[in-house]
Amino acid sequence: MPRSASLRTSLAFVAIGLACLASADLAITTLHPWRELGRFTWGLVTPSFQEGGTLGLALGKTVAFALLGVAAGSVTGMGLALIYHRRLVRVSAAFVRAVHELFWALLFLQFLGLNAITGLLAIALPYAGIFAKVYAEILEEGDRSAEPALPAGTGKISRFFFARIPEVWSHIRTYTVYRVECGLRTSAVLGFVGLPTLGFYLDSAFLQGDYSRVGALLLLFYVLIALIRVWLRPWLVPLYLALAPLLLGGSLQVSMGNVTRFFTQDIVPLGLRDGFSWEALGSWAGDLLTQQALPGVVSTVVLTQIALVATGALALAAFPLICRHFVGRPEKVVTHIALVVGRSTPEYILAYIFLQLWGPSMLPAIVALALHNGAIIAHLIGRYADALQLGPDTPRNPLVRYGYEVVPRVYNQFLAFLFYRWEIIMRESAILGILGIHTLGFYIDSAIQNLRMDHMVALLLITAFLNLGIDAASRIIRAHLRLRTTPTYEP
Amino acid sequence: MHSIRIALLAGVLLLWAGPVAGQTFAFTAIPDQDVTRLQDRFGKVADYLEEELGVAVRYVPVKSYASAVNAFRNDQVQLAWFGGLSGVRARLLVPGSRAIAQGASDRRFRTYFIANTATKIEPTESFPSGLAGLTFAFGSKGSTSGRLMPEHYIRKHLGPPEEVFQRVGFSGNHSQTIDLVATGAYQAGAVNFKVWQTEQAKGAIDTDRVRVIWKTPPYPDYHWTIRGNLEERFGKGFRREVAQALIGLSDHPEIMESFSRERFVPASNKDYQRILEVGRKIGIIER
Repeated sequence: MPRSASLRTSLAFVAIGLACLASADLAITTLHPWRELGRFTWGLVTPSFQEGGTLGLALGKTVAFALLGVAAGSVTGMGLALIYHRRLVRVSAAFVRAVHELFWALLFLQFLGLNAITGLLAIALPYAGIFAKVYAEILEEGDRSAEPALPAGTGKISRFFFARIPEVWSHIRTYTVYRVECGLRTSAVLGFVGLPTLGFYLDSAFLQGDYSRVGALLLLFYVLIALIRVWLRPWLVPLYLALAPLLLGGSLQVSMGNVTRFFTQDIVPLGLRDGFSWEALGSWAGDLLTQQALPGVVSTVVLTQIALVATGALALAAFPLICRHFVGRPEKVVTHIALVVGRSTPEYILAYIFLQLWGPSMLPAIVALALHNGAIIAHLIGRYADALQLGPDTPRNPLVRYGYEVVPRVYNQFLAFLFYRWEIIMRESAILGILGIHTLGFYIDSAIQNLRMDHMVALLLITAFLNLGIDAASRIIRAHLRLRTTPTYEP
Repeated sequence: MHSIRIALLAGVLLLWAGPVAGQTFAFTAIPDQDVTRLQDRFGKVADYLEEELGVAVRYVPVKSYASAVNAFRNDQVQLAWFGGLSGVRARLLVPGSRAIAQGASDRRFRTYFIANTATKIEPTESFPSGLAGLTFAFGSKGSTSGRLMPEHYIRKHLGPPEEVFQRVGFSGNHSQTIDLVATGAYQAGAVNFKVWQTEQAKGAIDTDRVRVIWKTPPYPDYHWTIRGNLEERFGKGFRREVAQALIGLSDHPEIMESFSRERFVPASNKDYQRILEVGRKIGIIER
C-alpha cells in the first residue's frame, strides 16, 4: 500500500476508471473514420466565409446572449452572495448550478417557447448560482481592515461599496471576465436546441457535411475568445449591454397560459392526471426508475469516471509542454494555442464532431471531455509549475525532473483542480446524452420528443441530485486530502 | 459602477418592452432534412402566402419535431407542415385544430429500409428478417416515416427494436440517416422514401455503399395543420382561405418541386386515424 493518501486516492480512481472502461462501449463504427477526419481537417484549413452577413449576425447574437445572460447572472449572484450564509440561499444556488445550461434551455423551451427569454434565463439562472458561490468566497477572503476606518453610522450599503468591494474588486473582475468567456461557449451551444446562436448554424453546416463552413464558424469563435481582453473593456460594457437587446430579435412575448399549463398539467405524472392514487404513482415511478433513470444514471457515472481519469492523464502529460522548466518559448506558444483551442471549444461541440466522425459510442464523448477539461487543467497546472523555483540540484534529465521533482510538487494542486472539475464533468456527461450516448441526457431528450414533461422534469431532478451527490463526494475527498483551490484560481 | 447599472437597467427595460407582436401569421415545419433546403422551400411559401392572404407571414425554423409541435401548441405558430405523427400529436394537444391540406402522394407514403452493402442483405419483397442483430438507425425520435412506421413493422416481424438490434440510434433527420448507413456508422436504417428519391435524383447517394432493401406498405403522412382560434385575429373564413392558398400552391411548379410533390389536395383529421392507432399501439402516443 502506498503511504501517501493522495496517491492511494488516485490509484483507487484509476482502478474505478479502468473497471468502467471494461464495461463501456468504445467501438468506432464508421467504416472510414480517418477519411471523414481528413475532410473535416481540410474544411478547417479552407474555411468558407460565404454569406458573411449570416455568420456575422450569428456571432453577434452569440455575444449578445452571453453578455446579457452573464450580466443578469452576475448582478443576481452578487445580491445572493451577500446573504450566502443563509442555508436556503446556499441550497438553491447549489441546485441551479447542478443543472446544465442546455437542460435549463430545454426546460424553458417547453413553456416559454423559442424565445430570447429562454436563452437569457438558461444562462442567467445557473450563472447566478455560480456567481453567488464564488463572489461569496471572494468576499470571505477579502481584507476587511478598511471597515473600522469608516465613520460611525455609515450605512450598510455604503459600507459594502466603500470598504469591502474595493478590496476584492480585481478578483471579482478577473472572475467575471472568465465567466463571460464561459458564457460565450454556453451561448454558442444553445444554438443546438434552436436559439439563433452559433450552434444553430454549426449544426446545419455539419449535417450538410459543409466542413468549410464549420471551419469558418469555429475560427470566428476562436478569434472572438482569443481577443476577449481586447474587445471586453470595462468602459465598453454599458454600450454592449445597451446594444445587445437590439440584436436578440424575435418575439419576447410570454404567454402565462402556457406557463400555467406546464406547471399545473404537463408535469403531473401521466397516471395521476385523472385523480391521485398511490398505486398509480408507484407504477409511474417504478417504470421511470427502472427503464430510464437507472440505466441513465449508470451510463452517466461510467462515462464520468472514465472521462475523469482520461482528463487527469491528459493534463499531466500536457502541462510540461507549456512549462518553462521543460520547453523553450516557441514550443510553449504552440502548446498554448493547442490548449486554447481545446478549452475554447465547448465539450458539446467536440463530442458532436467526434460523434460525426466515429459513430455513436462512448469513445467520442470520452475524448471530447478529456480534451476540453484536460486542456483547462493543463493550462492551470502549467502556470502553477512555472511559478515553482527549481533548486540547483534539480535533475538534468527532463524525464527524471518531471517524475521526481515537478510532478510531486504540483500533484496536490493538480488533484484539487481535477476533483473540482469532477461534478462539471458529470454535468457534461449527462448533457452529451442528447447526442445519442445513453446517458441521462438521452432519456431527457426522449421524454421531450415524446412530449412527456412529467418524465422530463423527474429525470432533470434526478440528474441534479446525482450532481449534488458528486459535488459532496468531491468536497469530502478534497477536505480529506487537504486540497485547496483559491476562488480566482479555480478553473 | 453607476453607468454600468444604468446601462443594465436600460438593457432590461429594452428587453421587456420588446416588439408587441402584430398580426403576423407564423408557420413552422418539422426539420426532416437539411436546414438550407427547408429555408429555401419555406421562404418561398412564406412569400407566396403573404401575397395570397394579405397578412404578414413568417416562417419559424425549429431544430426538432417536438419543438415544432410545441411552437404550434403554444400558439407561437398558427400553421405547421407536420408529419403524420407530429400532426396527430399536435391536434391532440390543441383542440379545434385541423388538417387542411396534404400532398397527393402523402396519402400513400412509404418508408424505405436501407442497408450498407457490406451487410450483404439483398432487396426483398417481404420484410427482411436478416436485419436482426445489426445496428439500426431511425430518423428523428418523433418522425412518422423514420420512426413510427418502421418501428411498427420491426415489432410486428421481429420484436422490440432495442432487443432485436445490437444497437439502436436516432440520426436526427433523413438525410443524416442515409449518410450514417453509407459510412457504416449504422449497418441499416429507415428513411422517408421522398428524401431517398430526391437525394438519389441529385446523385448524392453512393449506391455502391448503401441500397434500399425493403419498402413498407403505404400509409398517410405529411400534411398542413392549422389552429382553430384564428377567425378573431385574421378575419372570418381565414382557415378556408389558408386551405385554398395551400392547395393553390399546386399551380406553382417551382415551389411544388422543392416539396418533391406534384400537388396539394384537401385533407381532414380522420385521414390520420391509422397513424393515431399505430402510435397508441406501440406506445409512442400515450393518451
